[in-house]
Amino acid sequence: MYSEYEVVIGLEVHVELKTKTKIFCGCSTEFGALPNSQVCPSCAGFPGMLPVLNEQAVEYAIKAGLALNCGIADYCKFDRKNYFYPDLPTAYQITQFDYPICLEGHLDIELDGKKKRIGITRAHLEEDAGKLIHQGSITTSPYSLVDLNRAGVPLLEIVSEPDMRSAAEARAYMEKLRSVLLFAGVSDCKMQEGSLRCDANISVRPIGTTTFGTRVEIKNLNSFRALERAIEYEAKRQVDAIEDGEEIVQETRTWDEEKQVTKSMRTKEEAEDYRYFPEPDLPPVRIARDLVEQIKNGLPELPEQAVARLVNDYELSEYDASVLTLTPEYLKFFDDSVKIFNDAKLVANWMMGDLNRLLNNANMEIGEGKILPADFTDLLFLIDKGEISGKMAKNVLEEMFNSGKNPKDIVKEKGLAQISDEDTLITIIEEIIVKNPKVVEDYKQGKDKAFGFFVGQVMKATKGQANPAVVNKLLKKSLE
Amino acid sequence: MSAYRLTIKQLENLLNKREISASEIVDSFLTRINQIDDKVKAFVTVTDEVARNQAKQVEKSPSPSMLKGIPYSLKDNICTDGIKTTCSSKMLENFTPNYDATVASQLKTAGGILLGKLNLDEFALGTSTEQSAFFPTCNPWDLSRVPGGSSGGAAAAVAADETPFALATDTGGSIRQPASYCGVVGLKPSYGRVSRLGVMAVASSFDQVGIISKNVEDSAIVLGRIAGKDYQDSTSLDAPVPDYTTFLITDIKGMKIAYPKEFFAESFDKEVKATVIKALHKYEELGAIVEEVSIPNVEYALPIYHVLAAAEFSTNLARLDGIRYGFNDKSADNLTDMYLKNRGLSLGAEVKRRTLFGSFVLSADNYEKYYLQALKIRNLIYQDMQKVLANYDIIISPTTPNTAFKIGEQAASLLDLYNNDILTVTASIAGLPAMSIPCGFVDNLPVGMQIMGKSLDEGQLIKAAYAFEQHTSYHQEKPDLGVN
Repeated sequence: MYSEYEVVIGLEVHVELKTKTKIFCGCSTEFGALPNSQVCPSCAGFPGMLPVLNEQAVEYAIKAGLALNCGIADYCKFDRKNYFYPDLPTAYQITQFDYPICLEGHLDIELDGKKKRIGITRAHLEEDAGKLIHQGSITTSPYSLVDLNRAGVPLLEIVSEPDMRSAAEARAYMEKLRSVLLFAGVSDCKMQEGSLRCDANISVRPIGTTTFGTRVEIKNLNSFRALERAIEYEAKRQVDAIEDGEEIVQETRTWDEEKQVTKSMRTKEEAEDYRYFPEPDLPPVRIARDLVEQIKNGLPELPEQAVARLVNDYELSEYDASVLTLTPEYLKFFDDSVKIFNDAKLVANWMMGDLNRLLNNANMEIGEGKILPADFTDLLFLIDKGEISGKMAKNVLEEMFNSGKNPKDIVKEKGLAQISDEDTLITIIEEIIVKNPKVVEDYKQGKDKAFGFFVGQVMKATKGQANPAVVNKLLKKSLE
Repeated sequence: MSAYRLTIKQLENLLNKREISASEIVDSFLTRINQIDDKVKAFVTVTDEVARNQAKQVEKSPSPSMLKGIPYSLKDNICTDGIKTTCSSKMLENFTPNYDATVASQLKTAGGILLGKLNLDEFALGTSTEQSAFFPTCNPWDLSRVPGGSSGGAAAAVAADETPFALATDTGGSIRQPASYCGVVGLKPSYGRVSRLGVMAVASSFDQVGIISKNVEDSAIVLGRIAGKDYQDSTSLDAPVPDYTTFLITDIKGMKIAYPKEFFAESFDKEVKATVIKALHKYEELGAIVEEVSIPNVEYALPIYHVLAAAEFSTNLARLDGIRYGFNDKSADNLTDMYLKNRGLSLGAEVKRRTLFGSFVLSADNYEKYYLQALKIRNLIYQDMQKVLANYDIIISPTTPNTAFKIGEQAASLLDLYNNDILTVTASIAGLPAMSIPCGFVDNLPVGMQIMGKSLDEGQLIKAAYAFEQHTSYHQEKPDLGVN
C-alpha cells in the first residue's frame, strides 16, 4: 500500500553565517565559549539598545544566494517576529518576512546516476536565538539556565520548493546544499554544533495526483540520518492514517531521536500569531548591483565546477568526483596530493576508501586529522614502488592517522619494509623445500594446496614481509 | 539673583568671568530642588553626590567650553551608566544600566552636570504624568494641576527653576504638550536628528530625544551638542549639524507662515485659540506673511498615531520579562506563569492597555485592517505636510487644545487624555521638527504655540521662535512657588 503513495518534501534550512561578530552587535560569534561571555546590552535586549546591521552578513548572504543560483533583491527589509521565550531577549526575532535578500534559485542533485533540479523559493537573513540549558530534561528540570552567546548570530534561512520525493532525495539535497555553502565559504555547516539545521515539511498523496496533501512540519532534525529516518517514519505514519480513514492534521511535530518517532508539538490552531511587522529600528537595505557583481566575480570554485574539472583533468568517474568534492578541504587534499603523486585514480581510491573510513570512525573532517598530503603521497609512493604491500599500507595509514608520522619512518621503525630481494628469498625458500620433501611430492602430483602451504611458510618466516609476487615467481621456479 | 533662576547662557557668562564656580551653581540648584521638589515632585532620583563630584571635576580643568559646568536633568527613560533608570515603572524600579544613552554621554563629555532623573508617565505613555508608578508631578503654575506628559517631570522642573534644562523624549507630543502646560520651551527635533541609542523605546519610528529649556537660545545651544549621526542608531540621519545659535535673529521679514484651519477646530478652547491667533498677528507685525491653509487628512492623525505607536510599543516593551533584569516575582511555577506574574504585577494599566491594543492591531486578522491602513494614511499625511511646507517656511498652531487640567480630572476619560495629543501627533507622524513656546496665559495658566517645520530645518523653528520671544515677555513670567 505504501507504494501507491508518494511523499512530498520541502526543506527549511538554517545556516549560521561565519561572520566574526553577531548580525546586530559587535559580540563574537565563536562557538563553545563560556556561557554568556559573548553578550552585550544589545544582544541581551536591554532598554534602549538598537540593532546595527553587520554588512559582512549581508555579503555572505549574497554570496550564498549566488552559489544557489538565486536572484539577489535590489531592495530588502527586516521585520519583527514576535513571541515570548527566554532564549529570545527582546521577545522578537529580527528576520525578513516579505522582502528577503535572496530570491528564487535552484540546486541540482544526483541520485543513482539521475540528476534532479530542486527549486529554492527564497533565502532570508535573520538572527539566531540563545540556548536554554536544563538540568536533565526540559519537563523535569527544576530550573532552566539561559545562555545568550548564540543570540544574534547571523542565520540564513534557505527555503526549498516541495520538490523532493524521497528521504534519499532530501538527504542528497542537504548534502549538496552543505557542500555548496562550504565551497562558497559562508558557513562551517557543522550539524553537531548547530550551525546547519533543518526543518522538513512533509505530506503524502496517492501517486498520480497533482494536489498536495496536508503538510506537517518536522523540527529537531540534527543530522542527515535523523532527516532520513524522520521522513521515512512520518511518510509511513501519514499513509497509515489515511488508509485508516483519518485526516492529516496540519501541525508541527518534533523528531524524537531516542524513540525514533515524530511527536506532535502543536496544531495549526495552537500555532502562535507572530504579529510580523516592519522593524522600525533598521532602515530597508538597498543592494547595489556592482556589489553583487563584485561578489559574483569573487566566487570560488563551486562543487559542480570542481566535479567537471576532476572528470575532465583526471578522467575520474562522476561518482568519484562528486565524493571528492563533498567539502573544500577534502578536494584540496586531493588536489594537493595529485600535485605530488600523479596517479589520480590511486589517490582517489585511497582517499575514498581507507582514509575515509579512518576519518568516519574518528568522526573527523579531513582538515582535523593529522595526515598531510605530503605524507599521504609518500605512502602511495611506497605502494607504487612495491616497497610495502597493500595490506601493510592499510596498517601504516592507520598508524599515520593516529600519530601523524611519516610512512617511511613508520616502515623503518617497525621493520615493515617488503622483502623483494630475490637472493634473500631464495635462501629461505630452499630451506623450506628441503625440510618438507613430502609436500614437494604432493605438489608434483598436482595438489594445489601444497603450493599455498609453501607461500604460507615463506610468509611466516618473513613475518609477512615477503613480496608475494616475487615469492610466487621464485617458488614455481624452485619446485620445478 | 540666585543661580537657579538663570539660563544656560547667563550661567556660562558668569562661569567664563569666573564670578561663580560650577560647585556654587550645583549647590544653588540642589538647594532649590531640596526646597520645592516636595511640592512639584519632578524628580524620581536626585543625583546630588554625582553632581557635586562632577562639579569638582569640571573645576579642575580650566578651559571653558559650551555646556561645561552647566547642570541638566534627564527624563528617567534615558539610560545613565551607574544611575537608576526607572521609566517611572515598578518593572524597572531597581534597574541600573551599565551604559549611557548617546545623549547622556554627549552631555557628560561636554562637561555638563547631571542633577537627577525626572518623572514621566510610565514608559512615556500618557499626557499628564499621572501614570507614573511612583507619584504624579504637579504643575508649578498651579500645584493642583497636571504638568502634562509624558515629560511632565522635565517641564515642571524647568518651569520651577529646578534645572536649567532637561532632555526628554517626544513620541506624539511628550515634550511639547508639557512644555505648553508649564510655560517653557520644548523642542522635538526632526526624526533621526538626535540619537535614540540608550533611550527606552516607546514607538521607534516616532521617538525623538529633545530639549526642554527656559528660552529659545538655550534650546539652540543644546541642540547643537546632541544633534548628528550616531552609527549605533541606524535611523539617525547623516546630515551636517549647523550652528543653531546663528538662527537667533529677530528679523523675520518675509517669512511665510501657514496656520491650518483644522488645528483651530471648533471643539478647542476658545481662549487658547484666541491667544495663538494674537501671536499670529504679532508675526504679521514683525513682517511675516501669515496665511490659512487646510490639511484635511489631519482628521485621521490621532487614530492612526494610536494604531501605529501602540503596535510598535507592544513589541518594544515585550523584552521586559524580568529574566535578565527588572521585576521578578520569583513565585512562578512555570514559564507562562512567570511571564504573567513578572509583567502582570509590575506594569501599569495604561501600559497593559496599549500592549493589548498594539498586539491586537498587529495580529494576523487585523494587520491589514488597522496597521496597514494606518501606514497608508501616515504616508498621505506626510505628503500633505510636505505640500504645505513646499510653500511655507513654518506651520503654526496651538500646542494643545486646552490649558493644564486638574490632577484626576481626566482620569475617567481615556479619550480626553488621548485628545491632549491631537495637535502634536501630526509632526510626529511626518517626522518633522516641532517646538512649543510660551505665547500667553489663560486664567494664569500658560498657553503654548506650536511651530512645525521642514525635516532637518530646526533652524527655521528657532528663528521664528526667537523672534517672537524677543518681542514678547511670556517666557520671563515665573510661577509663584512661595520660595524665592
